[in-house]
Amino acid sequence: MFIKLKSLLYDNEVRAIAFQVLAVVVIAYFAYQAFDNMMLNIEQRGIRSGFGFLNDEAGFAVNDNFFLEYSPASTNLQAFYVGIVNTLVVAIAGIFFASIIGLIIGVARLSSNYLIRKMATVYIEIFRNIPILLQILFWYSIALSAFPSPKNSINFFDSVFLNSRGLFLPKIVVGVELYLVLASLVIGIVGYIFIKKHSNKKHDETGVVTNTIPYFLGLVVVLPIAAYFVFGAQLEYPALKGFNFRGGIDLSIEFFALAFALSVYTATYIAEAIRSGIESVDSGQKEAASAMGLTQAQSLRLVVLPQALRVAIPPIINQYLNLTKNSSLAAAVGYTELVTIFSGTVLNVVGQAIEIIILTMLVYLTISLVISLILNIFNKKMQIKGK
Amino acid sequence: MAIYSLKETKQPPQSQTKAILWLKDNLFSSTLNVSLTFVALYILYLLLPPILNWTIFDANFDLTADNQSCGREGACWSFINANLKMFIYGFYPQEELWRVNTMFGLIAALVAFGSLIKKTQYRAHYIIGSFLIYPIVAFILLYGGLGLEIVETDKWGGLTLTVVVAAVGIVASFPLGILFALGRQSEMRVVKFISVVYIEFVRGVPLITILFMASVVLPLFFSAGMDFDKLLRALIGITLFQTAYIAEVIRGGLQAIPRGQYEAADAAGLSFMQKTMLVILPQALKISIPNIVGSFIALFKDTTLLLIIGLFDMLAIVGAATSNSDWLGRDTEGYVFVAMVIWVILYSMSRYSKRLEVRFSTEHK
Amino acid sequence: MSELTNKEIGEKGCCDIIEIKGLEKWYGDFHALKEVDLNVKEGEIIVICGPSGSGKSTLIRCVNFLEKFQKGSITVDGTELTDDVKKIRQVRSEVAMVFQHFNLFPHLSIIDNLTLAPIWVRNETKQEAREKALKLLDRVGIKDQAEKYPNQLSGGQQQRVAIARALCTTPKIMLFDEPTSALDPEMISEVLDVMVELAKEGITMLCVTHEMGFAKKVADRVIFMDEGQVIEQNTPDKFFENPESERLQLFLDQILTQ
Repeated sequence: MFIKLKSLLYDNEVRAIAFQVLAVVVIAYFAYQAFDNMMLNIEQRGIRSGFGFLNDEAGFAVNDNFFLEYSPASTNLQAFYVGIVNTLVVAIAGIFFASIIGLIIGVARLSSNYLIRKMATVYIEIFRNIPILLQILFWYSIALSAFPSPKNSINFFDSVFLNSRGLFLPKIVVGVELYLVLASLVIGIVGYIFIKKHSNKKHDETGVVTNTIPYFLGLVVVLPIAAYFVFGAQLEYPALKGFNFRGGIDLSIEFFALAFALSVYTATYIAEAIRSGIESVDSGQKEAASAMGLTQAQSLRLVVLPQALRVAIPPIINQYLNLTKNSSLAAAVGYTELVTIFSGTVLNVVGQAIEIIILTMLVYLTISLVISLILNIFNKKMQIKGK
Repeated sequence: MAIYSLKETKQPPQSQTKAILWLKDNLFSSTLNVSLTFVALYILYLLLPPILNWTIFDANFDLTADNQSCGREGACWSFINANLKMFIYGFYPQEELWRVNTMFGLIAALVAFGSLIKKTQYRAHYIIGSFLIYPIVAFILLYGGLGLEIVETDKWGGLTLTVVVAAVGIVASFPLGILFALGRQSEMRVVKFISVVYIEFVRGVPLITILFMASVVLPLFFSAGMDFDKLLRALIGITLFQTAYIAEVIRGGLQAIPRGQYEAADAAGLSFMQKTMLVILPQALKISIPNIVGSFIALFKDTTLLLIIGLFDMLAIVGAATSNSDWLGRDTEGYVFVAMVIWVILYSMSRYSKRLEVRFSTEHK
Repeated sequence: MSELTNKEIGEKGCCDIIEIKGLEKWYGDFHALKEVDLNVKEGEIIVICGPSGSGKSTLIRCVNFLEKFQKGSITVDGTELTDDVKKIRQVRSEVAMVFQHFNLFPHLSIIDNLTLAPIWVRNETKQEAREKALKLLDRVGIKDQAEKYPNQLSGGQQQRVAIARALCTTPKIMLFDEPTSALDPEMISEVLDVMVELAKEGITMLCVTHEMGFAKKVADRVIFMDEGQVIEQNTPDKFFENPESERLQLFLDQILTQ
């Protein structure tokens, strides 16, 4: 009897289960204690519980707002939505420019031109080793001191104005004309897809290559522009009234500084990802491609890039996620994205820290999850078989 | 004829001097390259003069000048000089500064001594010993006790605070990170679940939300009356955050170890603890060292977020210094100075990491 | 007679398809090729051997301009190799290369590896290219692996695919750069067998290899290089039985004692 018990004690499986049970019990105990204390503290401080606060009036104005209707009379829930939209807008702007800059710098790093190569390396080494928050604050202070006052704005074609308050762009008035122009764009894109498919089929069957770039330019670029002029979609131009501009879209200087800093910083990581992607392609691949008679362009398109992108894209998408998370540093300059509005202003007014921070974290977790899923799908589809 | 006459070794044909040849190859080898060179030179022409003018040529290096006499065309470096103590020590009382200096001096001494010991068998003991004893000594020096006057943490700031937070962050997150990395690899489902949830949760949210959570939510979990030091909350937040990232780095190292190592250890009859401590972890850590240094670099950069929750790391001191009516409007000088200091520290760390990478890749596997 | 070669046995020795005169190449200050002269007749099988660093790979890589040279000239089938892109492409359309490390494209299936050049360089239709590719895969014995990917095949299979890929462009000249050096021993013979078959069909071949058995079987000439220059060349029997130069004797001793 005792021998049986003793052998049980040393049995690995039994040990494992016992350990896990113990771990769960311990965690549950501490969790219970913490929760208990928390309820006590909340009661003592007179803070409410639950999510009812979302329906309360927010009572504060928001500096930046895109697309949504918002005023101090709106609810906290609406403030929450404005925060999410603002986060997404600055993230998308940052991702767009970071990709472009990162692509240029990444390719420049591999250039045979000494100057270009060195400059790209210096760029990366400088902006990678300075904290992003410092870069945000730096560009913000430069923008505030270097950009002119609204009266002396930098003027592009009398429709785009840049000054120390922000960037002012014309706003497209939503109306029938706009929908017609958008429809022509959609028609152009669909038309181009058909033409590309047809040209690919023709190449398969006859070996003849047709240049589809003129079709692209004509359908996707010229057609919508022509539609714009024909149907005359309205633009609302920003106009200087008093001390500031009214009308049009205004991108606050805070948005500008934040998006700029995020782009410049993240571009360093994207550049490195692109460089290592291209370098990961064995030089023998390029040799075999050119030995067969493929041109530089063909070799790049058919052999090098497909392999380079497979390596480069997962870390690049990871950087997009990092950029989105870094946008939360907006609090330092006062750009009203999710963390600043919700975990900042609303939390100060309402006091329900736990609910608010949990909601904020959930938003970011959702974004992370979506990006992870996209990455997984990409990896599965692009996997090189046999590796 | 089967045999050929022997030829002599010659020098390559050189029509021009080496310098001109270099220029031709690197800058002017094709029409594309020529235009790229001109674009590059133009960019340098646009960027370098303004930057150099502001920082050096038009700058005021008179270290006794005040804000007015400094002028606006160039940088005012006396601003940095006047506030240098604050940048380094924060608000630490003047008379006790020797304690902070002692703390820094001890680090230098430990590192210097450590590199002298080199490859003796006591090296591991030395490292672990200093990791355990030094924090206690440093804490007493900085905070007080044992006859030294207490200096509250709200007086800590500047480079001192940045270093303290970074150091505590890396030291505290390391063992925790190892635990979670092992947990994620574990076959015990509950342990694995907890590890995965923790790691993925922390990595999915921005650091600022974790810091807010630590600052605002954490005190609520403890009985009222326990007054939580602000710095301590921030340290807990940073440690929780860093643990998840270190865990992933170490997990990468664990996965890089060939299965044969686990099997050999099992076959030799080692228990889980023995196997992990003697065979698996040493190898995993060695492989991961470049990435661990990378993680530390990221942590160092993250210490700047203390600014947002009201602690005075080096970056926050810029704001503190310029809010003083004596030095209004000198933010740019402050940011440039802090950027240079941090850049030097981080660049040195990344160069060191690259050297480590080279050393470990050429070492006998 | 395979439809892939358009000459008959017996016409071997008609004209020089490759003329190398006074070829010199430097890597920086290192004199890699010293005044190399070599003429190859159409249909000849040439084996080049020598110690590592002797310049053998560099020499054949100059023939399809994968390496540039500083002095001398190379003329391939009447076209002189210069910096002119058109001339380079002309030469590369007639010269195919098989590499030591195969260099198959891992992201494409085997059949797509083969049809890539015919479709994009010679503008063949997808149908034609695939039919030709399948026939070639059959010749090298890989037909049923056509839809697989390179990493799913063994080294010997990959190299045979590489040979088929090279043949897809119907070259007049095939360059082999140590084709079996990266293979496990048991796979060397399957690749050499394919090369022997090719040699019998009349295609011009330049092989850098250590496989002396192959040289004895099919080579018209064996060339010995050392330190960047051609030391000795002869027919296989005389080359191996009666080496005239000291260096060749030394080299053969070293190989045979392995």
